[in-house]
Amino acid sequence: MSRGTATDLVYLVAIIGFILALKGLSSPRHARIGNLVGALGMLIAVGWTFSLPQVYSQSRNLVLMVIAIVIGAALAVPAARLVKMTAMPQMVAIFNGVGGGAAALVSVTEFISIPGRTLAIYKICEILFGVLVGAVSFAGSALAFAKLQELMTGRPITYPGQQLINAGIGLAIVALVIVTIVTASTPVLVVVLILSLVLGAIFVLPIGGADTPVLISLLNAFTGLAVAASGFTLNSTLLIVAGTLVGASGTLLTRMMSQAMGRSLPNILFSAFGSVITAGEGPGTEGRSVRAGTAEDIGVLLAYARKVAIVPGYGLAVAQAQHTARELADALAARGVEVYYAIHPVAGRMPGHMNVLLAEANVPYDQLEEMDEANTEMSTTDVALVVGANDTVNPAAKNTPGSPIYGMPIINADEADNIIFLKRSMRPGFAGIDNELLYDAKTTMLFGDAKDSLSKLVAAVKAA
Amino acid sequence: MIATTGPGIMGFITVFVLAAFVGYEVISKVPSVLHTPLMSGSNAIHGIILVGTMVVLGEAHGAAQLTLGFLAVMLATLNVVGGFVVTDRMLEMFRAKPADRKAAARADGTADTGGEGKAP
Repeated sequence: MSRGTATDLVYLVAIIGFILALKGLSSPRHARIGNLVGALGMLIAVGWTFSLPQVYSQSRNLVLMVIAIVIGAALAVPAARLVKMTAMPQMVAIFNGVGGGAAALVSVTEFISIPGRTLAIYKICEILFGVLVGAVSFAGSALAFAKLQELMTGRPITYPGQQLINAGIGLAIVALVIVTIVTASTPVLVVVLILSLVLGAIFVLPIGGADTPVLISLLNAFTGLAVAASGFTLNSTLLIVAGTLVGASGTLLTRMMSQAMGRSLPNILFSAFGSVITAGEGPGTEGRSVRAGTAEDIGVLLAYARKVAIVPGYGLAVAQAQHTARELADALAARGVEVYYAIHPVAGRMPGHMNVLLAEANVPYDQLEEMDEANTEMSTTDVALVVGANDTVNPAAKNTPGSPIYGMPIINADEADNIIFLKRSMRPGFAGIDNELLYDAKTTMLFGDAKDSLSKLVAAVKAA
Repeated sequence: MIATTGPGIMGFITVFVLAAFVGYEVISKVPSVLHTPLMSGSNAIHGIILVGTMVVLGEAHGAAQLTLGFLAVMLATLNVVGGFVVTDRMLEMFRAKPADRKAAARADGTADTGGEGKAP
């Protein structure tokens, strides 16, 4: 077997590792092993690359290479290890950005290492694509990092003529790309690189801090494509496949993320230009979006929570869902999740309604918590599962002096880390007033009959 | 330059198109709690650019190419190593039992980038 064939085979093993890694990472059960398989594929690919003559033949370059890798690893490990869990998105942004930067540098270096005029036109196109997309990803990620790290304001930044300026820069890049293809001139390529960095930055400016995770996912897909472009430049199947895998799965993931937020991707990327801004103050519901989830999603959220509060209301009684609620609580308890029921004194249509129903379903008494007791626990609760209740968790009772229910004691479901509403529709509750909590960023809706929804959740928790 | 037995440009384009379909199909249904770990994990995978940067630096001549190649290798290493470590830390949250979850989140386990870490 020739060395070339051996290299191709080893790289194929790495590629299989990457595909398995992506597959594993999309299911909770195999996520961690999936990541390790990906890392193993990477180790194999990088390790084998050291055996290639073009890598080790110039010993000075090899020494520099080892130094660069040691510096990179020495910076990355502590940064990744010590960062707080809450700061994870910006770490991903940075690690994504440097990948895009590396891809852009590969393309630039290939361009200057080969006398321009001898390059085929499609080669120049590949190089330009790698430079453009890699640089956009690098600058965009850097700015996303700055926003999330609060080095700059997280609010959308807009200024007059923004769209015109963006379009102008875009057109300038297109024109210069054509010039580069025709002349193969290095200075022009450098200008393309600089303008691409500017484009990446201004692309991110108008996107608000809360939407940045979706943006990072998109830039991640961009970097994947830039890596694939470098693969074309270097004639490397490994880089093409791995980069394209990330480009394609990253695009799909970006769409899923924006759907999970109840928004469309164009709305996230460009909404600051338009009129729809969701941070409105008024009580009107027009134009505000709620986030609807699937039973599978919510099942996973519940299954991996530490503490879950079930907040029952009239909807539970109407649907006669008390037995199913208990099934869900048992399924969660079997996984080691702490479950309690937060009982509002006037939940349902009569005082004690909920206690009666739940007693009928043989819910252990020590899981039932009265309102005050439940409220002391709510801030340490991971998920508040509101089953057919509405007014009894409406924060307007605390915050909106004009509201008909102002002053009524409520279950403070809004203090939980996540809120799930099982509701038949967006219709207001008994008091006929709108509930701000339904529009909260922490809230996910699962529409449908309480009993049906609960049995779907039982199935989802057992499958998780 | 890396793949010595590599096909021509049409072969590469074929591989590209097929890989795009695989990438799209392989993550069919992702629960939303896994969105960020999946993003982070695929972020680590595009760190494969490290292999490309190594070849570029290995073949570099002259100060400009050496400098650019050196920078590229360093950035790509950051991408690979940081990407896998951050993802692993996120996923630690998924297997710890309620009692030791906080401790597990704080303690730096032995799992490391090279894939030689403890298996879940």
